[in-house]
Amino acid sequence: MAEKYAVIGKSVPKIDGRVKVTGQAKYTGDLKFPNMLVGKILTSPYAHAKILNIDTAEAEKLPGVKAIITHKDVPTLKYGISPARWDESIFCSDKVRFVGDKVAAVAALDEETVYKALKLIKVDYEVLPAVFDPEEAIKEGAPQIHDEYPRNINTEIHQNFGDVEKAFKEAYHVRTDRFEGNRTYQCPIEPHSAISIWEGNKLTVYSSTQSPHYFQYYIAREFGLPMGDVRVIKTFVGGGFGGKLEPTGLEFAGAALSKLTGRPVKMFYDRHEMFAHNRGRHKQIMEITTGVDKNGKLLGVYANFMMDGGAYTSLGIATAYYAGAMLPLTYEFDNFKFDMIRAYTNLPACGAQRGHGAPQPRYAFECHLDNVATDLGMDPIQLRLVNARQPNTVTPNDFAVNSCELTECIEKAKEVSGWAEKKGQMGKGRGIGIGVGSFVSGAGYPIYRTNLPHASAIIKVHEDGTAATLYTMATDIGQGSDTVLCQMAAEAMGFKYENMKIVSADTETTPHDFGAYASRQTLMSGSAVKQAGEEVKKQLLEMAAQMMEVAPGDLDCRDSIVFSLSDPEKTKPFGEVAREFFVRQGPLVGKGSYAPPKLGGTFKGAAVGTSPAYSFAAQISEVEIDEETGEIDVKEVWDIHDCGQVINPSLLHAQVHGALFMGMGESIWEQVLFDDQGRILNPNLGEYRLPTAMDMPKITSELVESYEPAGPWGVKEVGEGATIPTMGCYANAIYDAMGIRVNSLPLSYEKVWRALKEKRESEAK
Amino acid sequence: MQALVDNNGITRYLVTIKINGDEYTRVVKANTLMVNFIRDELDLTGTKKGCELGDCGSCTVLMDGKPVNSCVVLAVEADGHEITTIEGLATNENLDKLQESFVDHAAVQCGYCTPGMIMSAKALLTKNPHPTEPEVREAIAGNLCRCTGYVNIVKAILAAANE
Repeated sequence: MAEKYAVIGKSVPKIDGRVKVTGQAKYTGDLKFPNMLVGKILTSPYAHAKILNIDTAEAEKLPGVKAIITHKDVPTLKYGISPARWDESIFCSDKVRFVGDKVAAVAALDEETVYKALKLIKVDYEVLPAVFDPEEAIKEGAPQIHDEYPRNINTEIHQNFGDVEKAFKEAYHVRTDRFEGNRTYQCPIEPHSAISIWEGNKLTVYSSTQSPHYFQYYIAREFGLPMGDVRVIKTFVGGGFGGKLEPTGLEFAGAALSKLTGRPVKMFYDRHEMFAHNRGRHKQIMEITTGVDKNGKLLGVYANFMMDGGAYTSLGIATAYYAGAMLPLTYEFDNFKFDMIRAYTNLPACGAQRGHGAPQPRYAFECHLDNVATDLGMDPIQLRLVNARQPNTVTPNDFAVNSCELTECIEKAKEVSGWAEKKGQMGKGRGIGIGVGSFVSGAGYPIYRTNLPHASAIIKVHEDGTAATLYTMATDIGQGSDTVLCQMAAEAMGFKYENMKIVSADTETTPHDFGAYASRQTLMSGSAVKQAGEEVKKQLLEMAAQMMEVAPGDLDCRDSIVFSLSDPEKTKPFGEVAREFFVRQGPLVGKGSYAPPKLGGTFKGAAVGTSPAYSFAAQISEVEIDEETGEIDVKEVWDIHDCGQVINPSLLHAQVHGALFMGMGESIWEQVLFDDQGRILNPNLGEYRLPTAMDMPKITSELVESYEPAGPWGVKEVGEGATIPTMGCYANAIYDAMGIRVNSLPLSYEKVWRALKEKRESEAK
Repeated sequence: MQALVDNNGITRYLVTIKINGDEYTRVVKANTLMVNFIRDELDLTGTKKGCELGDCGSCTVLMDGKPVNSCVVLAVEADGHEITTIEGLATNENLDKLQESFVDHAAVQCGYCTPGMIMSAKALLTKNPHPTEPEVREAIAGNLCRCTGYVNIVKAILAAANE
């Protein structure tokens, strides 16, 4: 019998693989346009200061300088993720709020002239007291960063489901732990850049973006243009991980400079400026209290969190809600209380990084659970199995879960890692640990308030039938959405993947889609693509029925062959039918769109964390600690995933590899450090310490059988979900190896060494 | 190296560099980085800029067969030398076996580190046609990738070596 599917479920090569290995793929920084200028932004050297005066006269005299702009030359409309928190401007007018805040911009003939001009701009500042710690920032009398936000509280959340106090009273054991996360940065290898071309009434922006639509929306709003007059085109993007989801000063200042000079302007960040722009992961301070019964069943959880938001909101409101919202998803418990303060500080703004607000709380919760297991004398895996979420359940915060094979993931992870033989029997300095997690397959509500569908797609079959082009604003940033969506299109049409072409992520030629965030595209964009493909197929089969003189219901199409169901010998090539269609009826086109059903509850913040489907994963790692030096050697790591049906296995596992890598970096090495003036101490990839090929352990990525009814062909997400359990799985292995817990990230060699030293000293007493 | 002084008193140098088998003669400044020479003067944008500090390896090219970060080499230093960039690897329609292997093993995600990664691997396989896995990891330790965890990159290089 033939395989069920002809195209999906297969590890076809990436559609853009060849152009990327030959160097032909053009990223934004690779593009040139006639008469193009180069631009850069002048940023603040102070963490908090009043701007008294900006003098651009000297800089303007420099030969080659074509324009210099400050807040006086650009729209003053504030922007940000939500109208209630619009707090950022193209340029600062009254004061700067972090080292790196935007003050002015220059466009000149070449890069060297731009850097020289930036140095010639004289800005007089009155330095103000600054605050860099969120717990200090919310105290009375702390420096006020935004006048509109007393005590520097950017976002405050209080959610209460069930009765946590009662649950704690009835519990056999109640435990509280406090953990501190780290401020990390996405570090895409491609620095942000944008090219703005303002001609007449129309603005075109080429950008390294994760969401052309969101960029178009905000750029149009900022400059008072109809969205139709703003064209945002994604080029190849060299990684995003959340950092390229919102427009930056590069798009806004570049557009203003282009309008002023009448020339294309290329703006870019260097690596230091990327760290200063940031929008990376928030550092969270997480206090968790849990009550359990004698068998380890979770009765109630209280999460009392605070996060360092940096100087602006960025995407941080969503981050703050996600931090709590995702906790009751992984394990089942009825009583949940969540308090959160997102505080402003005079540091670069934080935003959405892979897994959004969820990975650090999940790290804290997984470590906390291991402590609870130790208290109860239970195996950590047993404790997780007792509480693991089950399919067709609803969380206390009203998320409906359809498919869920978490129990199977944990059991399989236990088996493939050899947990039973290893746990407690590995000898001094060695350890094994587990972390478990879950994530959304796309956000249930759009990134800004709108009733547009979340995804749409058009497929056009070429007139001679030899190729078909998929048009969608879904955004490939390296994860491979162009490839899997073409696989899905081909499957739905009964066409060959090898003959698929794609035009994606261009606001003028492709139909709306929100882009690459919240792990949404395989399920949401995929749904729209499937519908478009089926519409093509339906029309094609109707034409074939006329040509072959059979009933349309007797026909199907697979691998570009139309065949009769009753007499499979009776066939016609897809191309021949498609060509005839074009001759008789014009273009053969299919379209589709997707909007999720109404999801979630009615409490404040109920939207964040809703999703049509949720992925689940269990990860186990094995480590060895050098007790002399504190060095951590990760020996091996296993990921077992429930991500529904799989469209492209090799791309799926590659997502897991990347997540385990990023999570390992964040667990052990990565952290953005500042001096006492708010200046970054390690704004480069070497000292920030991105892991190298020599750091990576052996990795095993496997799946469990799962089918998600809400997804096209049963799919769910993988890209971010694989990041959720990771820090917890490494931290618990390190705990197991050390026999003592370090409650903060990263678990640096120094911290490990100090903790072991203290342990030895206290044991010697 | 011939030098001339322009109207602003800046000394410029005439360099001849063989790139991907072709000789190019251009006038450069003393501070012109090789990566900018390759990208801006010759439009060979396959060589990427990720940090301009020698950390990320995205700009790796071969200079007389050895991998170098072209962001920390001056164009004047390359005068009279032979450079190979990613554009010089494929011959006519045929990809280099490393390029093919990267596609076949899903070793490419965003693709930004890919050219530099392949050039480092090329240098390794030229010197050591059958490397061990630790040798592969060491050879690409100066090439940072944020997408893949290096898993499929290492697989692709080993597979190309064992072809």
